[in-house]
Amino acid sequence: MRTITYRQAINEALAEELERDENVVLMGEEVAEYNGAYKVTEGLWKRFGDKRVVDTPISEAGFIGMGIGASMLGVRPVMELMFWSFAYVAFDQMINNAGCVRYMSGGKINCPIVVRGPANGGTNVGATHSHTPENFIANTPGLKVICPATAYDAKGMMKSAIRDDDPVYVMENTKLYGELGEVPEEEYTIPLGVADVKREGTDLTIVAHGRAVITALKSAEILAAEHGISAEVVDLRSIRPLDEETILTSVRKTNRVLLVDENKPFCAVNAQIATMIQEKAFDYLDAPILRLNALDAPAIYSPPLEELQLPRPEVVVEKALAVCK
Amino acid sequence: MNSAIDHATAPINQQLSSEGKISILRDIVRIRRFEQAALKQYTSGKMGGFLHLYNGQESVAVGTISLAGENDHIITAYRDHGHALSVGMSMNECMAELYGKATGCSKGKGGSMHFFAPDKNYWGGHGIVAGQTPLGAGLAYGLKYQGLKGSCLCYLGDGAINQGAYHESLNLAALFDLPVIYVIENNGYSMGTSQKRSSAFKSCLAERADGYDIAWDTVNGEDVYEVRAKTQVAIERAHEESRPTVLEISTYRYYGHSVADANSKKYRSPEEIKQYQEHHDPIILWRKRLLDEGVLTEDQASEIDKEAKAEAKEAVKFAEESPFPEPKAILEDVYYEVDQGTEAGKTGKHFFND
Repeated sequence: MRTITYRQAINEALAEELERDENVVLMGEEVAEYNGAYKVTEGLWKRFGDKRVVDTPISEAGFIGMGIGASMLGVRPVMELMFWSFAYVAFDQMINNAGCVRYMSGGKINCPIVVRGPANGGTNVGATHSHTPENFIANTPGLKVICPATAYDAKGMMKSAIRDDDPVYVMENTKLYGELGEVPEEEYTIPLGVADVKREGTDLTIVAHGRAVITALKSAEILAAEHGISAEVVDLRSIRPLDEETILTSVRKTNRVLLVDENKPFCAVNAQIATMIQEKAFDYLDAPILRLNALDAPAIYSPPLEELQLPRPEVVVEKALAVCK
Repeated sequence: MNSAIDHATAPINQQLSSEGKISILRDIVRIRRFEQAALKQYTSGKMGGFLHLYNGQESVAVGTISLAGENDHIITAYRDHGHALSVGMSMNECMAELYGKATGCSKGKGGSMHFFAPDKNYWGGHGIVAGQTPLGAGLAYGLKYQGLKGSCLCYLGDGAINQGAYHESLNLAALFDLPVIYVIENNGYSMGTSQKRSSAFKSCLAERADGYDIAWDTVNGEDVYEVRAKTQVAIERAHEESRPTVLEISTYRYYGHSVADANSKKYRSPEEIKQYQEHHDPIILWRKRLLDEGVLTEDQASEIDKEAKAEAKEAVKFAEESPFPEPKAILEDVYYEVDQGTEAGKTGKHFFND
């Protein structure tokens, strides 16, 4: 199968959906003439023109809200945030309007929007550009949030997100944009709410999402090679809706769990997973569930220290050994 | 404002039939009677939350919305009862919503601040000050995207003009040539803070539109003819040029910011309120105008009032007798895909109660 980058995979998903449905419109800062701050939308303005690919001013509350308003009339805006950290100036629109209008109208309105962009630390850009708000979003019923980790997942899930009639917030990762992955030439979609076992194993389940999946896979290699431990890696892919069954099936098989998550620890996504496992698979557990998160401070700038702040294979292995002790 | 101009002579008002004029009076009176009935029930503990009354401002919603055609859309803030009735929502569904009943326009899920009727081009009813202003730009964007000749009338209070979202919306509206009309309903107070103490301005609030190269005007809200004449100019600008407008319509509210506003008679004098009620009341003024024009008789005016009172009384009865939503309704209308039972709605766990 051919390999393309995560960035190209998203670009293909956007192009195919623009082609398929004339109501789809891309909006965001630098998405058109500049070809995207991270080049995710490269070539799309040239191909689809001004009406379908729209540069907006640096005005997140304004243009995200505008997209939400247009979606109420049936337009399907796919809005790029240059960084998900910038969503914080648009939260009223994204939470109060997109997240609540269906409910408050008794189901009379729905907002078929996608808000997408990178949400990650690890690039030495300081705390205000390094937020990972998937846990905030997952805490708002009415919104959906997904965090694809591979090129294949990014393309298939992006297409489903655009076709979904609810608001779907897609968190990408600048450190993954250049990663290569196998992506078929033929069209495909991946439903939201389905996790994926990225590596099969028998001794331990590692649950992760986003780039933490890549970290978990590297760690699983080390655990196998150096410690004779067979780790299964479950990639959540979608945070809300969540695929609980795939997690539970894995836990029932391995009886040991480590949850790796680049969120900060307090009320992180993996806190939800931990409580779910102890409620539903307590009797299958041979050891306490352990969690590994970003160290609990704002993202530090200093490059060598930021590497220490995020989950990395050495620490994952250490925690895994503790769970398997 | 030029008081020398008689806006009754504007073409849009010349075209207004006697029945149209009476219909405007009926709508204004219906809003007044609806809210008075609601206030009575609210103070006797029948409703939860807040109740932001529109008493005194009725001519603004009725006058502007009387011009709305097939592709003209409406969105407003939390003081939304008047706009809801103006677009044709029934007193029953609105009163039942205030009661939190299943028969309410939002099935009892929105309350006073969140009335919606997309089938009547009415997009709410929004609780966060100025939060609706980007949505208004978006509705206009959607109309333009779909190639429709329409507009969005987006209402906001004078207290909303200092929010960043409003300024971002103005910039987008001008930049993208959006057919949106921002209607500032200036009742003089952002909650308990007077205009002078809350907004920096040169001659008026609408003037800020100059900075965005957006056409603007000021309007005397107590004169239905003026409201219609100047709104029509804005609607034509939206339809023909796809350009935005800011209208600042001066008006007054008789009650507090909400009924729960304990200081409503402290930050302004009782004399000020009385003066408006006696000399600037939209019902009194429009009724007098129609009587003077000979299109309305005293008997007809009394009949309109009597009917509105009866309709409001009936709405209270309807609300009282309606059931509350079933507990299962708490988890409905959250996700479209789940409600519709689609494959996407059935894939993965959407709710985390168990």
